[in-house]
Amino acid sequence: MKIGMVLAGLAAASLSAVVAFAEGERPPNRPIPDPQSGRHFATPDTLAIQDDDFLNPAFLWVEEGEQAWNRVEGTAGQSCASCHNDATESMRGVRARMPAYHPRLQRVVTLEQQVNICRTERMGAPALPIDSRPLNAITTYIALQSRGMPVNVDISGPARRFFDEGERFYNTRRGQLDMRCATCHEENYGRYLRADLLSQGMSNGFPTYRLKEQRVISLQFRLMGCVQDVRGQPPAMGSEEFTNLEFYLAWRAQGLPVESPAVRR
Amino acid sequence: MHTLKAPTRRGAMGLAAAAAAVALLPMPASAQLAPAVQAAVDRVRGNRTAQEGRITLRAPPIAENGNTVPITVSVESPMTAADHVTRVHVFATGNPTPEVAVFHLTPAMGRAQVDTRIRLGQTQDVVVLAEMQDGSLFQARTEVKVTIGGCGG
Amino acid sequence: MAAPIGQPRVRLPAQVRAGEVIEIRTLISHVMETGQRRDQAGNVIPRDIIKRFEAKFEGQLVFAMDLAPAISANPYIAFQFRAERPGRFEFTWTNDAGESRSATQELRLA
Ligand code: HEC
Ligand code: HEC
Repeated sequence: MKIGMVLAGLAAASLSAVVAFAEGERPPNRPIPDPQSGRHFATPDTLAIQDDDFLNPAFLWVEEGEQAWNRVEGTAGQSCASCHNDATESMRGVRARMPAYHPRLQRVVTLEQQVNICRTERMGAPALPIDSRPLNAITTYIALQSRGMPVNVDISGPARRFFDEGERFYNTRRGQLDMRCATCHEENYGRYLRADLLSQGMSNGFPTYRLKEQRVISLQFRLMGCVQDVRGQPPAMGSEEFTNLEFYLAWRAQGLPVESPAVRR
Repeated sequence: MHTLKAPTRRGAMGLAAAAAAVALLPMPASAQLAPAVQAAVDRVRGNRTAQEGRITLRAPPIAENGNTVPITVSVESPMTAADHVTRVHVFATGNPTPEVAVFHLTPAMGRAQVDTRIRLGQTQDVVVLAEMQDGSLFQARTEVKVTIGGCGG
Repeated sequence: MAAPIGQPRVRLPAQVRAGEVIEIRTLISHVMETGQRRDQAGNVIPRDIIKRFEAKFEGQLVFAMDLAPAISANPYIAFQFRAERPGRFEFTWTNDAGESRSATQELRLA
């Protein structure tokens, strides 16, 4: 009840109309040209956990990911290390430039999907469910190798079409509350939604240890929550819609340092 | 907190400033406890009287999420074989069960200080009892406000 | 079946002088299921927690903790220790089912 009322008020408060977006090579315009990471909206106590690699529980996932990196799995008898060697070198910068256009598959893939592509196509191992612990462990380990590097995804050429789809999803009103992502994360960041201080909804901290879930969550798990908040029906994790949205979100956060594994309430 | 609060930055800054003030004003340890909490405290206390002082209990005054609230308990003590803290009990006054932890200390530690992270279901007090080698008992109490994310699945 | 007790992490300071009081920090992967939650079907999820942590130095118990369900998932426990001589620490975490996991670490003095 209360949530509904607050959210309805919030929707009414947002007056800006949905802008029409042209396709093609027009350089997209960033509603927040100078983005702020979610850490600006967290309390010092939460940041103290994030900023200490021992206090940050996500490092339990990092260690599991590191072990998985070197573990032989699947019919091809290979580990990630068999092809990619030392992750601290080969995976440096990968999280910063993903999601990315995959030329052979002719579509944009997320880090999670790329890991599963390698598992199924190269290792003869089963795909790991999106947002499962073993997949989050390996993506957190990979993401850590880009920590501090600026997000820098390439939306040019064949990737642009997927970016435009993601942008469209982002700007579509949805759910019973008929809200866009921007209603909360652009028109109302820095304000409270009930007890929640709204951030700009930047994705540079993912995978993230979420205090509420008491585990590492992937970005698309968070996105499911955001769509459910407006009483909408979220697409599945790993779906094309969410992949394109994740691509758009990465570009929205372009230039912010990769913070993964962040800690959020 | 049930409406959107302008102005934009002040909310964040206010929160930060409040949380940065780690040195807490202790609650009067004598304030009335709920029966279940009092019973749990009494089981430790027996017929002893808990004195105030000696204990520093650090906890964030505002916890963003009650699932992971860092606490530090330190007790003034020389931690020698003859004079040391033997046990530190932690209780939460508003949880389904009041007991949170019991720490067993020894002189080998050199300093009576322990850290952990606790769950608080709602805004409530954290109560600490410290037992000394000679059987004396100290008590401290502090409030932690919990702002569980009501939204944001 | 009890939830797995994950790989523990333990950290001692890098440079320790004799007589110095150091902080020993530990973290272990565990759900700390409270026994108060229900699953989708409405059944109570049974309690399953790490209920005891022990730290021994050269075989001698130097610190212990009894944990209740109110300890956060992936328990973080830190305590102090006066480093008088080099030796071996053994840390043990035990769950409700009596299963345990240990880690050892050498204390070296500078
Ligand atoms: C048999 C060799 C092989 C194995 C084993 C393998 N990969 Fe790959 N990986 C590749 C190739 C080739 C590519 C280039 C993209 C493609 O073809 O999918 C790649 C690309 C990647 C990328 C994107 C890198 C970039 O620079 O953008 C990531 C991330 C990745 N792999 C992770 C993994 C992980 C994690 C594992 C283990 C679960 C793994 N790979 C196992 C061959 C392998
Ligand atoms: C009803 C308000 C609301 C709407 C609409 C909403 N979110 Fe959120 N979102 C939240 C809240 C609350 C949080 C947690 C606090 C914060 O970071 O703002 C959050 C967090 C996030 C985060 C994590 C930020 C971080 O630093 O960890 C991302 C990313 C995000 N949202 C993206 C989206 C996207 C994409 C959409 C549209 C599909 C969306 N949100 C729609 C309320 C909303």
